[in-house]
Amino acid sequence: MDPECSKLLPALCAVLADPRQLVADDTCLEKLLDWFKTVMETESSLHLLQDHPCLMELLSHVLKTQDVSPRVLSFVLRLVGIFAAQEDCFQYLQQGELLLGLFGETGALSWTAWNMPSVRSGWIQGLCSLAHHPSALHFLADSGAVDTIFALQGDPSLFVASAASQLLVHILALAMQGGASGSPISEAAAWPICAQKIVNHVEESLHSKATPQVTQALNVLTTTFGRCHSPWTGVLWGRLSPPVACLFERDPIPAVHSLMDLLLSVARSHVLNFAACGLWEMLAQTLSRLSPTQAGPLALGTLKLQHCPQELRTQAFGVLLQPLACILKATTQAPGPPGLLDGTAGSSLTVDALLSSKSACVGLLCQTLAHLEELQMLPQCPCPWPQVPLLGATVTILRLCDGSVDPSSSMGGRLCGTLGGCVRVQRAALDFLGTLSQGTSPLELVLEVFAVLLKTLESPESSPTVLKKAFQATLRWLQNSHKTPNCSDLSPDALLFLGELFPILQKRLCSPCWEVRDSALEFLTHLIRHWGGQADFREALHSSEVPTLARQLLQDPESYVRASAVGTAGQLSSRGLQATSASPENPLAQQGLLMDLMHILSTDSEGFPRRAVLRVFTEWLRDGHADVIRDTEWFVATVLQAVSRDLDWEVRMQGLELAQVFLIQAMGQPSLHCPYTVGLPEATSPRPHPEFLQTLCRLPLFEFAFCALLDCDRPVAQKACDLLLFLRDKTTHCSGPQEAGDSPNSASVEAVLQRWREGEQGQPLGDLEPEAMLAILRSLDLEGLQGKLAKSSDHVEKSPQSLLQDMLATVGILEENEADCY
Amino acid sequence: MLDCGLDMTSTLNFLPLPLVQSPRLSNLPGWSLKDGNAFLDKELKECSGHVFVDSVPEFCLPETELIDLSTVDVILISNYHCMMALPYITEHTGFTGTVYATEPTMQIGRLLMEELVNFIERVPKAQSASLWKNKDIQRLLPSPLKDAVEVSTWRRCYTMQEVNSALSKIQLVGYSQKIELFGAVQVTPLSSGYALGSSNWIIQSHYEKVSYVSGSSLLTTHPQPMDQASLKNSDVLVLTGLTQIPTANPDGMVGEFCSNLALTVRNGGNVLVPCYPSGVIYDLLECLYQYIDSAGLSNIPFYFISPVANSSLEFSQIFAEWLCHNKQSKVYLPEPPFPHAELIQTNKLKHYPSIHGDFSNDFRQPCVVFTGHPSLRFGDVVHFMELWGKSSLNTVIFTEPDFSYLEALAPYQPLAMKCIYCPIDTRLNFIQVSKLLKEVQPLHVVCPEQYTQPPPAQSHRMDLMIDCQPPAMSYRRAEVLALPFKRRYEKIEIMPELADSLVPMEIKPGISLATVSAVLHTKDNKHVLQPPPRPTQPPSSKKRKRVSEDVPDCKVLKPLLSGSIPVEQFVQTLEKHGFSDIKVEDTAKGHIVLLQEAETLIQIEEDSTHIICDNDETLRVRLRDLVLRFLQKF
Repeated sequence: MDPECSKLLPALCAVLADPRQLVADDTCLEKLLDWFKTVMETESSLHLLQDHPCLMELLSHVLKTQDVSPRVLSFVLRLVGIFAAQEDCFQYLQQGELLLGLFGETGALSWTAWNMPSVRSGWIQGLCSLAHHPSALHFLADSGAVDTIFALQGDPSLFVASAASQLLVHILALAMQGGASGSPISEAAAWPICAQKIVNHVEESLHSKATPQVTQALNVLTTTFGRCHSPWTGVLWGRLSPPVACLFERDPIPAVHSLMDLLLSVARSHVLNFAACGLWEMLAQTLSRLSPTQAGPLALGTLKLQHCPQELRTQAFGVLLQPLACILKATTQAPGPPGLLDGTAGSSLTVDALLSSKSACVGLLCQTLAHLEELQMLPQCPCPWPQVPLLGATVTILRLCDGSVDPSSSMGGRLCGTLGGCVRVQRAALDFLGTLSQGTSPLELVLEVFAVLLKTLESPESSPTVLKKAFQATLRWLQNSHKTPNCSDLSPDALLFLGELFPILQKRLCSPCWEVRDSALEFLTHLIRHWGGQADFREALHSSEVPTLARQLLQDPESYVRASAVGTAGQLSSRGLQATSASPENPLAQQGLLMDLMHILSTDSEGFPRRAVLRVFTEWLRDGHADVIRDTEWFVATVLQAVSRDLDWEVRMQGLELAQVFLIQAMGQPSLHCPYTVGLPEATSPRPHPEFLQTLCRLPLFEFAFCALLDCDRPVAQKACDLLLFLRDKTTHCSGPQEAGDSPNSASVEAVLQRWREGEQGQPLGDLEPEAMLAILRSLDLEGLQGKLAKSSDHVEKSPQSLLQDMLATVGILEENEADCY
Repeated sequence: MLDCGLDMTSTLNFLPLPLVQSPRLSNLPGWSLKDGNAFLDKELKECSGHVFVDSVPEFCLPETELIDLSTVDVILISNYHCMMALPYITEHTGFTGTVYATEPTMQIGRLLMEELVNFIERVPKAQSASLWKNKDIQRLLPSPLKDAVEVSTWRRCYTMQEVNSALSKIQLVGYSQKIELFGAVQVTPLSSGYALGSSNWIIQSHYEKVSYVSGSSLLTTHPQPMDQASLKNSDVLVLTGLTQIPTANPDGMVGEFCSNLALTVRNGGNVLVPCYPSGVIYDLLECLYQYIDSAGLSNIPFYFISPVANSSLEFSQIFAEWLCHNKQSKVYLPEPPFPHAELIQTNKLKHYPSIHGDFSNDFRQPCVVFTGHPSLRFGDVVHFMELWGKSSLNTVIFTEPDFSYLEALAPYQPLAMKCIYCPIDTRLNFIQVSKLLKEVQPLHVVCPEQYTQPPPAQSHRMDLMIDCQPPAMSYRRAEVLALPFKRRYEKIEIMPELADSLVPMEIKPGISLATVSAVLHTKDNKHVLQPPPRPTQPPSSKKRKRVSEDVPDCKVLKPLLSGSIPVEQFVQTLEKHGFSDIKVEDTAKGHIVLLQEAETLIQIEEDSTHIICDNDETLRVRLRDLVLRFLQKF
């Protein structure tokens, strides 16, 4: 502990012990505890206590009077726990009867403040910190604390109850760790007493008729198997699996979710021999007994397991497929195409779930679709994957939602009524449909997918969120339909589809709902990015009004839409697809877009469109857009001028990015600094032409970067620092041996910079010579600045000393107030 | 009579009435029969494969075969669309009753009628076709003329004079006002949330309640919200006027409307919105008010053309008490409740009585025009269809659900103009109906047959029908339905002095009985028990006697009996009184006690006892007295 803090500690302890002094802020106490924990990582807690008697005084004061606030009581309990984590300090505190006084039956439990959940939570956390050595185990066994923890598992405060369960697992693990120093104890009877007590309690709870108790026991076990991977857990499962199995025989099965968590937690353990312990059978039974909605998460969990018998995987996959199989069955004409599942076992349960109520049906379908979507993206994805029926079922679900399906059965009719216009199911189905685009599907089905997507995109009933999902799914299908190697072209079907899509897109670009306009623009930007170079696509786009409408949205009242429109217009222009009036023969109109974007950059009141403009400009500069290379210097100068006045730090940041691209184009890539990189000897980057340095001064890029270096927003300053470092790096060999301050010019610059630092940023740097700039560049301690900026902005305020001072200061204010009142 | 709407779909069979001479329409070829017979070619014209009657449009009237409308005492009107046939009924059927409607219903109804009359009268047409209506000829015509029903009863539009006379028979009522109808029932209009002044009606007696729910909406638009609570505890709920487009959600349609409008205008085209002069147009204007700036349409003129445009826009602003809460509170600021006032003030919305006059000076394109009539058969809309139909830049957007847009467009084919169908019908859909019925829980629901089965075009949509328990009773055209309740009770009032004289006797805990002797006085379906006249004094003079003769005779009162006869005890008593050879037989309704010796039979049933003996009055009286022992008298 540093001496400053040591000096402040007695005053702080006095404040904490004084019931009249309110510690206003809980987070201070939390930070204080964190600090003690860090101190104790390097120092002996015994020495700390001995060196700072004020700490012991605080502890014994609390023990004696308990007249402090509950939050201080809780703090003290946790602090003692941290101290007692070291065995010698534990002994020291034990001698003073302090531990028993705080954690024993006559301790905190008997205080009136025990009613406060924060005190009970502090008690548990204190014990949790303390339980790190064998002496602690004896203490726990003798003090009766374990029984209290059992009781706290049912605490009305969920935080306390959960912490109690965690503590039990912690103690069990500690006990077994101590006992299992040699070979694993195969006989549970020979386990340490503390462990036996806990296991007996868990076992009793499993036999209990009360569901909350069963849940508590299951939670303890789940955490145990999740956290402990020693051989003794195998013995534990051997002993407790029969009562767990018994739970499945009850009707209804108690605490289903906790049971499933336990089974999956056990199945993930590396220690157990599953075949021997009957876990697979139990999982199989559970899957077949639970309702479809309950079984879904278990099935997904089972399929995610690394080592799982194929038979069980098939069963679990069947559970996930069942609802979709029912949908297909209800809507296809008998006998129809081969369904998802051959057997019909369990299907009646699924049918019941689908038809029982709208919420049950929607819940089951959304869950199933989400699970299947997750599964398809995992390496454990079942193989063969039933792509065709799954796609068929998903399309059918979307049709049920838009009411266009003609169901063959009464169940289909009811599903139609239930799912009609159901936004949740539509969203889930569209997500899954998008994922399904990765598989290979027959052409007829792909056409059906396009048809249902068109219908969704066209329908006036589609909500903005559904439309967004439909746009995303459409994009994925366009990317993946009929993928042929080395060919990024759109298939003829996709082109036909686009022909129908553009009129819809036109309408959506005029939607009164800004979210719709926004997602339509985003979608369009993606389309152009992917296929903007393809002749057929260009033709289809040109024959529609889409480019004109997109350009008009640059004036949209909604800033998000303007931002997206900027992106789209930029992309259209990059690909030479701008609105018809701006044909290549008419460069003025094209120039119009550049000016429009410049206008947005300098006048738009919202940050998003301005940021978007800079992104577009940076891209244009990088890709050598015709309008930019016509007069790059003018372009960069104008942009930097607008950006330097911008209030949005992200815009300024983007401005630096643009400047960097400009520099890289002129001066080459930055040299690699990584010392481990084994690279070819670098071709020495060309020394920048003196004229280029003149340009930089004229732009004025230097001024912009220096100004950004002093930016009050740290990321901007960091970026500017990097930029200047790059510049310095590239100009090392550039000029003579002038040092900063040598010339009158650089002296004046220095002076201006100094004034800038002092907050007077209105003054320009004035006309500059490159030499002076380079001199200043070299004179600045950019590395030092970089290091400083890399630290978080509150690193000064975060110091423990500052924390202690703050706490004392708050109390000090209180004292002053008191005096005033008096 | 509940409502009297006018079926205007009949006008779709007629050629449009152009405001200015239309060479296209006047040069349409006449239609001739398959055998080349062209005797109908003056009456029927052919356009793009459809045949139209070239005559003044005619309307299909409410049916009169089933009921003599002169016997109707009262007509209850639920909204201004449901009164368009009123002049036909009040002026031509001998109707002498009263019509009840709210003030906005009457005023806006007047505007609709006035517009209709104006549209038809300002384009006088000499020709009146009637030959085609001959049943033998009609059979030979192509569809849909062939299938048109009751064509002989179709009539031309009424005159303004008839409208005024009809409207003078309307008695204005306010929401929740109770109106006594001949003492028999009480009727009350309730807000139905569909249009300004639109009502549902409660028709109730003291013990029965029938609700008539027609054209209601649960959406938050401009009218006062629907009053659902007052519909509770109905014996019967008659449900009609549900949305005509159950699959279209009005919000989605408004979005569609705005998108297509903006798309057209941005491409330099004009938008035509055929509409009624009141109703959804207020909501559309409100949406556009919020949308036009954001869509960059601030410079596009919006024109509202109708002979009653001005009145409609102004009326909407003054019916504050009939508006939704938000709009009502604006009135107190004070601000106009509808934002179209601001649109007019800023010159974004201009209104004109017709295309003649000022409009032609102000007309600028591209623009958006709201005008009638939605059938596209008469009104200024006909002119714009002719004017803009040839360009694919223009769009006609149908928002009124009353007419099939394809049929409406038929006489304008071939048409290059884009057509968008966004029907906005805010009336209840089936999901809302089922929520409503769950909420108000009527004992029985009565509705048209169409609502109890899915629409024919979507037979699998089981959700597009009324689903309630017990199943709704449905009716079809010309069917007479007995409502499922019987009037078992009438409320009778007892005069205070008579009530004072009653002496109730408790026969069971909590139940007391008293005999009442009184005169039942019934007038105007109200029943009152009055004290009986005092026993007549011996006549002192001839004159007095005559007076007393007017009072009904009061016979000596016999006591009333109550209770039941326990057969076993009765038999024992008989035996005690010397009767022997008694036999008891059980019957379906009670018992028969046979006194074989005396050849007498006592028939004991739940509500009667008969002693059948052979002319032995003494025996009968003895037996009667024994029976009476077991019964209470009062």
